Amino acid sequence: MQTELAMGQGAGTLYDKIWDSHVVRSYADGTDLLYIDRHLVQEVSSPQAFAGLQARGLPLRRPDAHLAVADHAVPTLHRDRPLREGLAARQVARLQQNARHFGIPYIPMHDRRHGIVHVIGPELGFTLPGATLVCGDSHTCTHGAFGALAFGIGASECESVFATQTLRQRRQKRMRIRLTGSLPRGVTVKDVVLALIARIGIAGGAGHTIEYAGPAVEALSMEGRMTLCNMAIEAGSRVALIAPDERTLDWLRGRPLAPQGDRWAAAVADWRRLRSDPDAAFDREVDMDISDLAPQVSWGTTPEDCAPVTGHVPDPAAVSDPVRRRRMEQSLAYMGLVPGTPLRDIRIDRVFIGSCTNARLEDLRRAAQVVRGRRAAPHVRAIVVPGSAAVRLAAEAEGIDHVFREAGFEWRDSGCSMCVAMNDDRLAEGERCASTSNRNFEGRQGKGGRTHLMSPEMAAAAALAGRLTDVRDWA
Amino acid sequence: MEPFVTLESVAAPLPEAGIDTDVIFPARFLLLLDRAGLGRHLFHERRHARPPGSPPFVLDRPPHDRARILVTGPDFGIGSSREQAVWALADFGIRCIIAPSFGEIFHANCFRNGLLPVTLPPADHARILAEAEAARPLVVDLPAQTIRLAGGERIGFAIEPHRRQALLEGLDEIALLLREDADAIGAFEARQRAQRPWLFLTREQLSHFDDLTETPANG
Repeated sequence: MQTELAMGQGAGTLYDKIWDSHVVRSYADGTDLLYIDRHLVQEVSSPQAFAGLQARGLPLRRPDAHLAVADHAVPTLHRDRPLREGLAARQVARLQQNARHFGIPYIPMHDRRHGIVHVIGPELGFTLPGATLVCGDSHTCTHGAFGALAFGIGASECESVFATQTLRQRRQKRMRIRLTGSLPRGVTVKDVVLALIARIGIAGGAGHTIEYAGPAVEALSMEGRMTLCNMAIEAGSRVALIAPDERTLDWLRGRPLAPQGDRWAAAVADWRRLRSDPDAAFDREVDMDISDLAPQVSWGTTPEDCAPVTGHVPDPAAVSDPVRRRRMEQSLAYMGLVPGTPLRDIRIDRVFIGSCTNARLEDLRRAAQVVRGRRAAPHVRAIVVPGSAAVRLAAEAEGIDHVFREAGFEWRDSGCSMCVAMNDDRLAEGERCASTSNRNFEGRQGKGGRTHLMSPEMAAAAALAGRLTDVRDWA
Repeated sequence: MEPFVTLESVAAPLPEAGIDTDVIFPARFLLLLDRAGLGRHLFHERRHARPPGSPPFVLDRPPHDRARILVTGPDFGIGSSREQAVWALADFGIRCIIAPSFGEIFHANCFRNGLLPVTLPPADHARILAEAEAARPLVVDLPAQTIRLAGGERIGFAIEPHRRQALLEGLDEIALLLREDADAIGAFEARQRAQRPWLFLTREQLSHFDDLTETPANG
């Protein structure tokens, strides 16, 4: 069947259609050489790839297909000052040097176009439906919200894209996740994706490309779709896709790097085919009604360790599989949590509203709505890190920065910040954080730090309460 | 790339589920620009932030401190795409990882660096884990696609043919692509440029970046 689809006969999925239009050649073992249209380059996964290219004495094949920005290591304070001497400064400077040397655009941290790669790609119109897009960053699946076949790669694969504009890949299986119903009050797409991962597990999408479909997906804003696709990697899937529709086109039209004029019209005509045929076959189907969901929070150290905020810390003794039980015991020990504790009794020290998952204008607006006219608990240190300078400027134009500042939150400049803790924004040992990011792994927000994943609204409410709380009680 | 043919070693047992690449290689060390010498940061917190009174981490304990094979629980290497996780393992001396399942990006990164990730079904995995815990040596035989136990038993494993070939010969995929597929890439590119021109940024579009200014370098 795979061959049939590859040959373009029979019904195809959205994934197969984009894949088929990017096959440079097929190999006898069933792998394909896939052409890569776009590459977002950041400072962490690129230095070794550029060095490899230089060691081979090779040119960068297509400089116009790459866009470089430093997002992981940049500070979110004092951006008008030069970076303090040190490893981060060297890494950011290296990216700038490499970009200059190989002739690719580099957006510096003081620029109005700066931001997290997965926020600025779409903002600039660099991300396009039907395109293949890669980045040395696992959350590249975010761009699937636009119907781009986008996936995270390692540094060696970045080097391959620099040198050849291609990657040898095997086609994945196809999984469709249909979302139906409508979001209840106080519940967001972040809660949907956390509940989904809790249900299918951290390997639930492994080996598969996820296509999100159904009326509840169509009803989502582009920001919501990006949040949904962003977390696919936390379910084990490198690729997530949503078929482009009118909302996608409206969002992209007029963006600086989006096609203009006749090219736009031709592109739109081509993008109309970018949907799974009605009789397309999926290897796996999951249906989920979102109408009865409650806001979710994570309690453990993988994204599947999530529960409704109305619940309790689970008891490992109730788990029969010994490997899973040991994992849960270890998670709870790391998190400093006792089974049976109501999740709403968990006191927090820090709040992080940011990351490529939840730092777009819509996220900040909704968090600000919760915070407006209130104060963060005195013991809580809360930071808001917009996903891009454009998001920050738009939020400031609406006075959102004032809302947060008056509530005692810090308002920062754009970057990955405390999602990955490679700059100065990090948890101290033992500190507990309500976070809108994507990973609650051990040490993810700083050595010994404890992360609870949730939506921006829930994180905002947690700051006010000084503990995990149900945002529906703060409406 | 160093070829991988056969490997004989004791295997270090690390039967935790879902060890992510943040645990394998914590993010703060990602600031290092070189890929050499990263082994000293491998499993940094697991090795250096032990609870008081607990024994050393398995890779710091004889005879497993000399292990070139790691046997882990399911979903090893999930999360971040950081290839530093693989570079650190390789630098530490690990050439083969045996698990019931892997994170996909990590799995792909292994092959780019001469590491063999072996996926085994639960029963075979349990058998290998017992050997690792008993510190009995294993022989990983890539041409035969088997793992030979000290008692002579052989456990087979599957691997993609082109990846097997690349490991056996220490092939460099980029050099191979440039040698064998450069014409196909050029032809595809020309065709795509004609059929889907919007996928190629124009000079006018790129002029959006003409006003970019560099930050003064101080690194």
